[in-house]
Amino acid sequence: MAEPLAARLAWNTRAFLMLAGMWVRVSWTYRASFLLMTLASVVITGIDFVAIMVMFTNVDSLGGFGLRDIAFLYGATAVCLGLADLVVGNVERLGRRIRLGSFDAMMVRPVGVLVQVCADEFAIRRLGRVAQGSLVLAWAITRVDVDWDPARVLVTVGMLVCGTLIFTGIFVLGASFQFLTTEGSEVANAFTYGGNAMTQYPLTIYPREVVRALTFLVPVAFVNWYPTLFVLDIPDPFGLPAALQLASPVAAVVVCALAALAWRTGVRRYRSTGS
Amino acid sequence: MLYVAVALRSFRRYSTYTAATLAGIFTNSVFGVIISFTYIAVWKENPTAGGYDVTDAVTFCWLAQAMIMTVAVWGGGTTDDVADRIRTGDIVIDLYRPVSFLGWYLAGDLGRSAYHLLTRGLAPTVVGALLFDLRFPDSPATYLLFLVSVALGVVVSFGIRMLVACTAFWLLDQTGVLSLAMVCAVFFSGLAVPLVLFPGWTRDLVLALPWAALVQTPIDLWLGHSTGVEAVAGLGLQATWAAVLLLGCGLVLRVADRRLVVQGG
Repeated sequence: MAEPLAARLAWNTRAFLMLAGMWVRVSWTYRASFLLMTLASVVITGIDFVAIMVMFTNVDSLGGFGLRDIAFLYGATAVCLGLADLVVGNVERLGRRIRLGSFDAMMVRPVGVLVQVCADEFAIRRLGRVAQGSLVLAWAITRVDVDWDPARVLVTVGMLVCGTLIFTGIFVLGASFQFLTTEGSEVANAFTYGGNAMTQYPLTIYPREVVRALTFLVPVAFVNWYPTLFVLDIPDPFGLPAALQLASPVAAVVVCALAALAWRTGVRRYRSTGS
Repeated sequence: MLYVAVALRSFRRYSTYTAATLAGIFTNSVFGVIISFTYIAVWKENPTAGGYDVTDAVTFCWLAQAMIMTVAVWGGGTTDDVADRIRTGDIVIDLYRPVSFLGWYLAGDLGRSAYHLLTRGLAPTVVGALLFDLRFPDSPATYLLFLVSVALGVVVSFGIRMLVACTAFWLLDQTGVLSLAMVCAVFFSGLAVPLVLFPGWTRDLVLALPWAALVQTPIDLWLGHSTGVEAVAGLGLQATWAAVLLLGCGLVLRVADRRLVVQGG
């Protein structure tokens, strides 16, 4: 720990970019598959939104929100999940690495293990989700009825940063459990992709208890719901304090701190599988 | 009989992964809950959307979750083995076997789907029935029609997946085509949104496409939305697509067979 934190961060970032860059070149080897998969990634993540548009041919609003407001919510959560998935999504393969013993090899290399786990088999095609989410968000921003003052611009940018950090934290937190179970990442998916699916819609369509859980238990409501209420100037439909609308950075810090703690504990206790 | 034996072995092969099955049931159930609330919100705004009522819609949501693995909407199943074996070259052994290539793998896939129907199909349906008000058929005949329709759905799905796997004869790797095929399957089967919600002529179009056989057609039988002549027409369309796709697979395999070079050694 002699070297300063900033230097370590810079070194790990460089290592991540190097490793990720290598995997980008690898995926370029099977060119037809790579291009098709990137295209598929854009389209498949866009299906959800087309599905919402199909629903809106039958209704004018969902849970009191119109299509453009939902597009704003949808785009925000898609960009956040997409960025988190691009950078740390591979962490969910931790269990397999432990079983195969490749995690042991990572422990002896002079780069942080989290960086290695995330950068290994880095999949640039995941940019597809980010691209698709950005398109929907951009469309929504031009359509929503908002008077764009500096505060609202700041909250919108902050929403994307904090939302990405919240999903990143949940990815790492979920994967940390694999130090104990050494398998199965599908349960963690229910929180990451499930959290994304839930926040594509205004939370007014869920019962009060569910919204409480999404605020205080698995705080994905802070990814887009609370900042959006602020940006669109809508009073909280559940009567929760308005302060929550600006509390996304707090949620992001808490989730990431918990994730860091869980990950470090996992790495410290790690004893290899012995095979 | 040989094919029954293949199907039984395949059933047992998939039943090995209990932990994965349980995790999958959990995930299907979580998504079932999320989508149920979405549909409830839609049908609250428009109580007769697509000719369904809210109970139909929520039932649709849970049955669709139950179908994901059973008819392999997201891909997977024995056709993934085929694609792998094409890449490694093991496929020549399959082509030399004194049994029908398609029959062998179709039997395996039917065995797989039977396992997934009893686990990944049944469990989320029970969870859904405990949490929400679902619609169940009143007559055993409807259940029977539903099962026939699901089986036909598996065959249609198999036909599409096999055609995708066969692209590996030319591309060496099926993943790209597979992911595009998945997009179509998720969207045009009714999994993303019930096909009855599609507006105007697009609704008739998507209902006529082969993917409707995967999710929409069986569920409409379950809900009692297609009865009598309509039910027969639905099953007939499924059977037609199944036949056309299997014939297509046979044709593609013949072409692929001709260009396949077996390395000596």
